[in-house]
Amino acid sequence: MLSYIIKRIIGIIPLLIGITIISFLVIHLAPGKPTELMLQMNPKAALEAQEKLDKIFGLDRPLHIQYLTWLKDFFRFDFGVSFIDGRPVRDKIFERMPITILINVLALLVIFIFSIPIGIKSAIRRGSFFDRSITIFVFLGFAAPGFWLALILMDLFSVRLGWFPVSGITSLDFENFSHLGKIADVAHHLILPIFVASIGGLAGVSRYMRQSMLNIIHQDYIRTARAKGLSERLVIYRHALRNALLPIITILGLSVPGLISGSVIFESVFSIPGMGKLMVDAVFARDYYTIMGGLVLSALLTLIGNLLADITYAYIDPRIRYGKK
Amino acid sequence: MGKNKLAVFGVGVIIILSLAAAFAPFISTHDPAAINIKDALLGPSRQHFLGTDQLGRDIFSRMIYGSRVALSIGLVAVGIAAIIGIVLGSIAGFYGGWIDSLIMRFVDIMLCFPRFFLILSVVAIVGPNIFNVMVIIGLTGWMGVARLIRAEILSLKSRDFISASRALGANNFHIIFRHLIPNGIGPVLVSFVFGVAGAILTEAGLSYLGLGVQPPKASWGNILFEGRAVLGVGWWMILFPGLAILITVLSFNLFGEGLRDIINPRTRE
Repeated sequence: MLSYIIKRIIGIIPLLIGITIISFLVIHLAPGKPTELMLQMNPKAALEAQEKLDKIFGLDRPLHIQYLTWLKDFFRFDFGVSFIDGRPVRDKIFERMPITILINVLALLVIFIFSIPIGIKSAIRRGSFFDRSITIFVFLGFAAPGFWLALILMDLFSVRLGWFPVSGITSLDFENFSHLGKIADVAHHLILPIFVASIGGLAGVSRYMRQSMLNIIHQDYIRTARAKGLSERLVIYRHALRNALLPIITILGLSVPGLISGSVIFESVFSIPGMGKLMVDAVFARDYYTIMGGLVLSALLTLIGNLLADITYAYIDPRIRYGKK
Repeated sequence: MGKNKLAVFGVGVIIILSLAAAFAPFISTHDPAAINIKDALLGPSRQHFLGTDQLGRDIFSRMIYGSRVALSIGLVAVGIAAIIGIVLGSIAGFYGGWIDSLIMRFVDIMLCFPRFFLILSVVAIVGPNIFNVMVIIGLTGWMGVARLIRAEILSLKSRDFISASRALGANNFHIIFRHLIPNGIGPVLVSFVFGVAGAILTEAGLSYLGLGVQPPKASWGNILFEGRAVLGVGWWMILFPGLAILITVLSFNLFGEGLRDIINPRTRE
């Protein structure tokens, strides 16, 4: 197991290098330098000042040197300084990452908890009313834009009915709450965002679960299990489910980038101070160092998510651990 | 059985939408960009079928013109993704070896980026407008196509008819473009249809953030963006464009499912 994990981690290194190169190039292929933008806001600054700034930011050096310098800083988690408020990008990102990770982990949990029983039931009662309703839900879930759903829910439950807060993650009087009260307050704020974040995944994963279960149910060993007189419960939950779950772990791993992508949308809709919102604000302000840091770290989160999925898979299925590759 | 009817429904909606886009000037009841402050924020009526926005612009007309934006972004973005994906995927599948590893690692790396983060980063640099949005969605959406066509070509290239063609003196170019791609294109075509749906959703999301198609040009996403400011009042600005996106994306997905069943009967249930 350990050797498998080590092998996977080594396999990640080229991806990591690729990610940093692409992120670096995306920002540096920009027409005009970031320092020009800084000076646009300050008409008094002369060309001389620009050269000075270029030197400070290292923009007067050749591209590959700039990349290596940036990479060296990157591995020390030094992403430069935000143009907006002069704060280190590292602090800005790291104070916002926990909330994004929290929402996405909770969303994954919701997806996992609900889609698996739904998938199983659709597969066993294939063609039933339940199965057909779920199929309709899946198609709608795929097609409904998340931000639109969020707006409708906000309009209905927050603005009209007043059941949920309209935006943010804490109430104004948050500081006065007890510990438990604080947790309850945040939970109250997060119900709608988590619902919106998980709806697409819920549709997708229950579909895959159904398919996976259908594939398994028709295999010989299931017939054998039935033939030796096991109860239907035991056949489905002991024998079929375990194997049907395997591909789902991969699917959950693959849904990580989609979830993080979604943070951009639902954090903006619900004004949640997470990485997605930070990214959108940075794009409006053309805050290049924040954008670059956010881009690299979002890819890094995806890599970690995929790695965790792979390791879980190998832990559950020995064929992967000892297999050819 | 019901599935075929659903696919036909999808195609029907797509045709109606294309007609609406093509004949937008004749169908729309008002100038989509005409500002008329005294008619601001009116609900749906006989004058304004789907109401008006904060500036008194007619939502129905804006949505009709918005269908042009949605369809053209869907088609152009998928076209760009298709060209890149097919070229890189078939080169990787056909030549194998280090070329294959190099291209497929590049695909893996691109897939590590959450798509919206990558798109936003590029938008920050090149600026938001309809042309840039099309190109960026295309440039960030070719990886699936590349993987699909590579897999198809890998399974085709050792078949007898390829050896026969080679024996007859065909060069690599001829084999790739006349034999491998035409025979392996089926599943890829299906992915294009789903791709259009995805591109329309992405554009709507970007425009909703205010980083996609810019007003006064109307897009379904930017009507929603403006509707957000009047949440709780102008429900028509939120309900109708969202429904348009939902129905359009649903139709492309249903069409894609139907197409998949035609191309690969094994997936039929």
